[in-house]
Amino acid sequence: MKIDRRSFLSFLIGGAAGTALSPMPLKLTDDSSIWTQMWPWTPVPEDGEISHVNSTCTLCPGHCGITVRKINDRAVKIEGMKGHPVNDGGICLLGLSGLQLLYGPARVKTPLKRVGARGSGRWKKISWDAAVSEVVKQLGDLRAEGKSHSVGLITGSDRGTVSQLFARLMTAYGSPNVMRTPSMLDSYELTLQLTQGTRALPGFDFENADFILSFGSGIIDGWGSPVRMFKAFSGWRSNHGKVVQIEPRLSRTAAKSDRWIPVKPGTEGVLALGLAHVIIKEALYNSDFIDNYSVGFEDLKRLVLDKYSPDNVAAITAIDHKDIVTLARDFAAASKPLAICGRGRGSVAGSLDEFMAVQALNALVGNINKKGGVRAVSEIDYINWPEVQMDAVAAAGMQRERLDGAGSKKYPDTRYLLNRLPAAISSGEESSLAALLVTGANPLYTMPGSTAVKKAMAGIGFVVSFSSYMDETAQNADLILPNHTYLERFEDVPTPFGLQQPVTSLARPVVEPQFNTQHVGDVVIRIAKALGGSIAGAFPWEGYQTCLKETLGHKWETLITKGFLLDDNYRAFARQMKFDTPSGKFEFANKKTGRVPQFAPIKIEGDAKLYPLILVPYDSFRLAGDYIGSPPFAVKTVEDTVLKGKDVFVELNPETARALRLREGQHAILSTPRGQAKVKVHWFDGIRPGVVALPRGLGHTAYDKYLAEKGVNFNELIGPVEDPGTGWDAAWGIMAKLTKA
Amino acid sequence: MSISDDNAKQISPEADGDDAAAPSSEIKNKAQGNGSGGPVILFFILGLAVSLILGWVIAPELLYSQKKQPIDYNHALHVAEVTDGCESCHFFRADGTFSGVPKLEMCIDCHEEVQGEDPNEIKFVEEYVVKEREVPWLIYSRQPDCVFFSHAAHIKGAKMDCVTCHGHIGESETSRVYEENRITGYSRDIWGKNIAGFKKNSWDRMKMDDCAECHQKEYTVQRTDVKTPIKRLLDNFIAVSFPGMEAPAGIGDSVQTQRDACFVCHK
Repeated sequence: MKIDRRSFLSFLIGGAAGTALSPMPLKLTDDSSIWTQMWPWTPVPEDGEISHVNSTCTLCPGHCGITVRKINDRAVKIEGMKGHPVNDGGICLLGLSGLQLLYGPARVKTPLKRVGARGSGRWKKISWDAAVSEVVKQLGDLRAEGKSHSVGLITGSDRGTVSQLFARLMTAYGSPNVMRTPSMLDSYELTLQLTQGTRALPGFDFENADFILSFGSGIIDGWGSPVRMFKAFSGWRSNHGKVVQIEPRLSRTAAKSDRWIPVKPGTEGVLALGLAHVIIKEALYNSDFIDNYSVGFEDLKRLVLDKYSPDNVAAITAIDHKDIVTLARDFAAASKPLAICGRGRGSVAGSLDEFMAVQALNALVGNINKKGGVRAVSEIDYINWPEVQMDAVAAAGMQRERLDGAGSKKYPDTRYLLNRLPAAISSGEESSLAALLVTGANPLYTMPGSTAVKKAMAGIGFVVSFSSYMDETAQNADLILPNHTYLERFEDVPTPFGLQQPVTSLARPVVEPQFNTQHVGDVVIRIAKALGGSIAGAFPWEGYQTCLKETLGHKWETLITKGFLLDDNYRAFARQMKFDTPSGKFEFANKKTGRVPQFAPIKIEGDAKLYPLILVPYDSFRLAGDYIGSPPFAVKTVEDTVLKGKDVFVELNPETARALRLREGQHAILSTPRGQAKVKVHWFDGIRPGVVALPRGLGHTAYDKYLAEKGVNFNELIGPVEDPGTGWDAAWGIMAKLTKA
Repeated sequence: MSISDDNAKQISPEADGDDAAAPSSEIKNKAQGNGSGGPVILFFILGLAVSLILGWVIAPELLYSQKKQPIDYNHALHVAEVTDGCESCHFFRADGTFSGVPKLEMCIDCHEEVQGEDPNEIKFVEEYVVKEREVPWLIYSRQPDCVFFSHAAHIKGAKMDCVTCHGHIGESETSRVYEENRITGYSRDIWGKNIAGFKKNSWDRMKMDDCAECHQKEYTVQRTDVKTPIKRLLDNFIAVSFPGMEAPAGIGDSVQTQRDACFVCHK
């Protein structure tokens, strides 16, 4: 039998008929539809038992209470803790994407020792024992040589037990060089000390204020405790509170405020004094407060009436003098006016005079220590460790002058001057710092003039990072002793910046440590014990958790059950008009220093002939600018007029852009005396002509591929400018130029 | 090349000049077609038979891989030991979610040490209990990830029996082979053992039609719980006057027909 075409075709037809009569067509269609709807490579969240753990977020100084939802052993969602005095159920973008920091690829998973050149990224995994003995050996050798003072510590905070353990280690070891990363907290602390006699956190009763005068503070751009500020802002919106935003750029805060005063950048302080002039001249001030509870009013009066008339101020600030007068009258006429400062997120210490001037406005309207006003907040006092018994080496070391010059004759009132450190250690031929410990900070990224910082750090013999993440500083360290992340450890979390009520919260492990990391508190205790002698003697605790429990005493129970602790002695809005100043009154002019708030202009770096534009940074809540890098989720939310691909946009007024012949979206080279970078131009009507704005929080070289190499780090383009008298970095911008790429 | 094509070639030179040749070629072709009728039918039947065998027997065999459970589990033995039936191990958590397959933690109470000489028992204790590893059980009844199913609504709400959907698994003495669909990765139990989709028992198959079948039969219309003042009053009245009696269902839209109804069961 021959198989002809017909036979073949009928075989196929028979086959087709048979297939149609079999269940396979339906079955395979069904299976392939199930397959396509549930690609096997799509991650599916595990199903299991749901639980919630209350803890505290320490990703920024906001210190919100969080409730973490877990399925079995995995944390799946971070929410705001309901009933927490800071955020009452609210959460910010960074806070809710914190799980990406826990499970993400930027973690340092085990102690690492550098094997290649610094920053080359070549590491050797070592054991914890080896890592701790390495630190102990280096520190022990330096101490034996009598160079204990040449060890420095950079820390993100000086409050809470972990920071205090570090400080204690430094004291017992014998080095005065403990440096806190700068922020507006420095200036507010000193302002409160000079005017009210207490070096304390400022507490603002935003919830009850009805007229907010913000000198460039990004109220909804991450200033203070972000979630609380968001809620307060919404409160003003619904309760007819007024917000006046004074800043050269139409930030999100400015856009949502009632009035935006586009002041010439850097002249905010003089505007405050101009307002004081009107208030004093028209006798709009609170005479009860001025007469009974303040001293130095006459000094201020003389100064402002003499030098800061609206006309003079108008000339400096480029704000119409009528607007100045109206604003002053409105501010004084409000029932609970409140003036705040600290540009953007407040990550620069700034000019003390500016803070003093703004605080003087608050005093003029008499809203110190009262409802809707500002007060000095004393922390809940629970760290009462015995005094460190210093041996001879430690005592000698502690007698040495600090490298950064803080507390010296030149800067008597300043406690920390991290911004002066790079210059100080690079001044001699050999670095005056032999070893550096870094915890809760990423100075290589966050410090202005980061190129100079990197150079200075290269001269330090031994750099140890305690970071949980591979950040810029960790990348350039010799040894990384990774801490647990905030979701894996116990820690007491002090009152957030700006809250009027003292609150101590508890961060507690939400999940088991995911990697071979150790609690930094335990590591400090281990190092101290291994160093032996009086250093070991200063650390009687077995480990960090014992130390925390013993330190908190009966407060521990409250913290573990409730998650936070309020001060029993705190009275809301009690009119305590007794100040700790020598006069017992609010001091407009400090008797000791003779300081009256005035406008000492901070001249920014750069020659206006070479660099005709002014470059200012801006903060947004979408990007973390502090030592924590933005998690991928946060980066994804950044608008494509800020970051597109790897390109960052600078904001430029169309008028200036036209003059420079730069089109929207065009590439340009942004240069400053400190460096240059390739950027794209975004035309933006909401910025003063002649000013260029660049976002903070981009241009990382470390962390993961979702953040690294995107945009430009503003700190590479700017350097510190010293505030006279305090030595803080007060640079609010830098001269710059834009040229076609 | 087929035969008829060859014929056409042979004929074509003649056809060029001679019109009379055309009818004869037609006849020839017809005759040839009649002549191959037998093989054509045979091939048809052959094709039919091959594809039917493929479709009904071979393909289903190939479609599923056979997997053994890590431990051969004896349900009957355990059910006899516990007091609360299925719910002793497959319980509802305090928040109403269903625990599903028990975790090791549950087994450890009795199985901290090897009991008896069953090799499965020894393997279980040595491999899992001692090493604190969860047993990677293969779940016969696992629905695709897009399915939202609430055990509480069916067991607590509708007071259904486990057997209705899961069959008499509680009486099994060994774990049967787990057949995994090579395309989807899900268990064969969802489609059913019968490849044609026929079923005898309610638990033979667990596709969407099977959900619908029961819902249709019981006429269970889930309504959103709209609380009108009258309804609230009625609820309170019933709660006070006739404790224990169930209040009538809400009067909201049927969750099966309103907008987004698909997303009640489909994630």
